[in-house]
Amino acid sequence: MAELSIENVSMRFDLPGGTSIQALKDVTLHLKAGELMSVLGPSGCGKTTLLNIVAGFLAPTEGRVAINGRTVTGPGPERGMVFQQGALFEWMNVRENVSFGPRMKGMPKAEMQQIVEHLLDVVGLADFKDKAIYELSGGMQQRVALARCLANDPDVILMDEPLGALDALTREKMQSLVLRLWKETGKTIILITHSVEEALLLGERLIVMAPRPGRIHREYRLPFADLGVGADLREIKKHPDYDPTREEILNMIWNMEEEIMGRTEVAT
Amino acid sequence: MTSMVPFLIYLAIFAASYLVVNKAIRRAVRTGLAARKTVTFGDESAVVPDRAASVISIVTLFLLWGIFTGSALVPAFLHMPGPYIGGGRFTYVVEDRDGRRDEATVFWRVAAPGEKGEKPEIDPGEGPAKNDAIVIRAYRSAQLSWDRNDEDGFRRKAGARIIEIAGVPVDYDPARRGEADASDRPKPVVEVENATVTLSDKGALIITPYTGWQMEPIWLPPPEDVVKRLFDIASEGFRGATLWEHLGFSLMRVVVGFFFGSLVGIPLGYAMGLSNWFRGWFDPIVEFMRPVPPLALIPLVIIWAGIGELGKIVLLFLAALWIMAIAARSGVSGVRISKVHAAYSLGASKSQIMRHVIVPNSLPELFTGARVAMGVCWGTVVAAELVAAEKGAGMMIMVASKFQNTDIVIMGIILIGVIGFGIDILMRWLERRLVPWKGKG
Ligand SMILES: Nc1ncnc2c1ncn2[C@@H]1O[C@H](COP(=O)(O)OP(=O)(O)OP(=O)(O)O)[C@@H](O)[C@H]1O
Ligand SMILES: [Mg+2]
Repeated sequence: MAELSIENVSMRFDLPGGTSIQALKDVTLHLKAGELMSVLGPSGCGKTTLLNIVAGFLAPTEGRVAINGRTVTGPGPERGMVFQQGALFEWMNVRENVSFGPRMKGMPKAEMQQIVEHLLDVVGLADFKDKAIYELSGGMQQRVALARCLANDPDVILMDEPLGALDALTREKMQSLVLRLWKETGKTIILITHSVEEALLLGERLIVMAPRPGRIHREYRLPFADLGVGADLREIKKHPDYDPTREEILNMIWNMEEEIMGRTEVAT
Repeated sequence: MTSMVPFLIYLAIFAASYLVVNKAIRRAVRTGLAARKTVTFGDESAVVPDRAASVISIVTLFLLWGIFTGSALVPAFLHMPGPYIGGGRFTYVVEDRDGRRDEATVFWRVAAPGEKGEKPEIDPGEGPAKNDAIVIRAYRSAQLSWDRNDEDGFRRKAGARIIEIAGVPVDYDPARRGEADASDRPKPVVEVENATVTLSDKGALIITPYTGWQMEPIWLPPPEDVVKRLFDIASEGFRGATLWEHLGFSLMRVVVGFFFGSLVGIPLGYAMGLSNWFRGWFDPIVEFMRPVPPLALIPLVIIWAGIGELGKIVLLFLAALWIMAIAARSGVSGVRISKVHAAYSLGASKSQIMRHVIVPNSLPELFTGARVAMGVCWGTVVAAELVAAEKGAGMMIMVASKFQNTDIVIMGIILIGVIGFGIDILMRWLERRLVPWKGKG
């Protein structure tokens, strides 16, 4: 179990031509072990950048990210990633994709097989072990991605719009699955999403980010994720706090988007 | 104009078979998804090759080939008229300097194609101008010095000239051919039965028997000759090597050149896709060499490595090298960064990422490159063998062309095409087997 701290992280991208973009400014966050945090924000506010820094794909210009106190300097198997789509290895079948992490570690075959069977059961793909990736639907592919990440048993799971490309119904099923896995495994999870509903339903904690420079704008603590474990997500939406919170966040993001548009108008 | 005839026939068959197949036969039997689409014009996916059209197209080509070569494989009534084979005669009148005239007859005979034939036996006839005999080879014209057997006064040297051919008066005086207004007095052309007759500058007779519409075998032999040649050469060989040796040598050069080109090119491409330094160092070289046609390297390779086996393999090596390097490079740069990130996050080391992500991810590009490279190598080897070789498909057709063995040339070209096509089919089959995920990422 792992604690994750993001300390005064700033990120500046230098662009050709001498200009630069302040993608993140002074972002500080602490996640306790087993916390599920969703991140919302208008497009371009630095969500992906933040996640990439936590994953270790980018080094921040200032500040640091630490797992259990150890500073992150690069990608590592204790932080698993689930990408939006297209990150599966299409030259491997479902089983080989899921067993990739353990295989790289050189885990004994029998043990590995057990893990794979179990996880494919969990995500409901037991019958598709030997299928090629391109034979699966989008939702199935994301379940494979989830299983692949879990097979490596990371402490922290980072998800960048993992359900963004799915249809509403599949998406709801996957949301339930994520909640269940979160509760069962006790992983620390950061989930980036564009859907306010998803952020509300899945976010035990919810961060709203603001753009230019990318920073934390508001933070919520919500009861819905806990209620949603094992329950019908549509029932959760009837919770008296649900609609007001959703309206508030929608307005917030709407205003930010409008501000960006306004600024671009002035600039040009 | 006559050369348009085959083309017009081809066009006519194209149109006629379209009408027959689509309007008459197919009308009732439309099936499949494409038939259910209402918009097909402009929808590329709705356009599939019409099998019937392909079959008719091939048959038409062979049919035209047979028709215009008088092939035994095509029923005789379809043949274009062949050259006139047989004999004929016409008379001509000679006038000497003093205005005396005499008539003589030319007996001519056309020998069958490929034969020399014999001069007709004739009676020299009466008078100072004697009858003449000549044998002409099929498809050829012949010049007849009609005065060689005539009496002295009736020779051209003595100022005699022809004033009438087959009853048609002609007005051409070779003695005046140098004069300023000579071009106002064109040479006569007289039609006789199965031939045309005219005069040369110096007043000799030129006899052109009717050649018909068929192609001379030396230009285009009939298909059965080509097939026969194939069997002849397959059993007897050509220039000290069997047919299989010729083809095998060409193929062997391609395979060896391609192998070494890939052996160097693929790692080079990977290095260029993975390291700034390699990319910077080799980019100018690769980008410069890529547009240089391998054929342009032949002279240099001959200077450096000679015309032997080594030179050819070096050439093919160079032809394959850049293509494979570029394919491997774009295979690496084509990897989705999220796949690499995912692999790192799953704990893979650099060498594991290379082996399990970058190499398999680049396979489709490599296969595309390999297909192109094999095609280029095959074309290059044939061209190199045209220039100089002791064995090989290109050498075979080049030597055959020097001896005007058109049937061998055509057989060679067909074999080269078939092998090139076969290589491509093989590569595509391998591609389907080995990278089934291609285009589905
Ligand atoms: N490699 C880069 N080079 C230059 N600028 C970058 C780079 N990556 C991101 N940026 C800039 O940083 C800002 C934040 O980008 P980021 O991708 O993190 O946004 P995001 O919140 O994930 O957006 P979205 O919701 O659309 O995915 C953007 O303005 C973007 O243009
Ligand atoms: Mg993003």
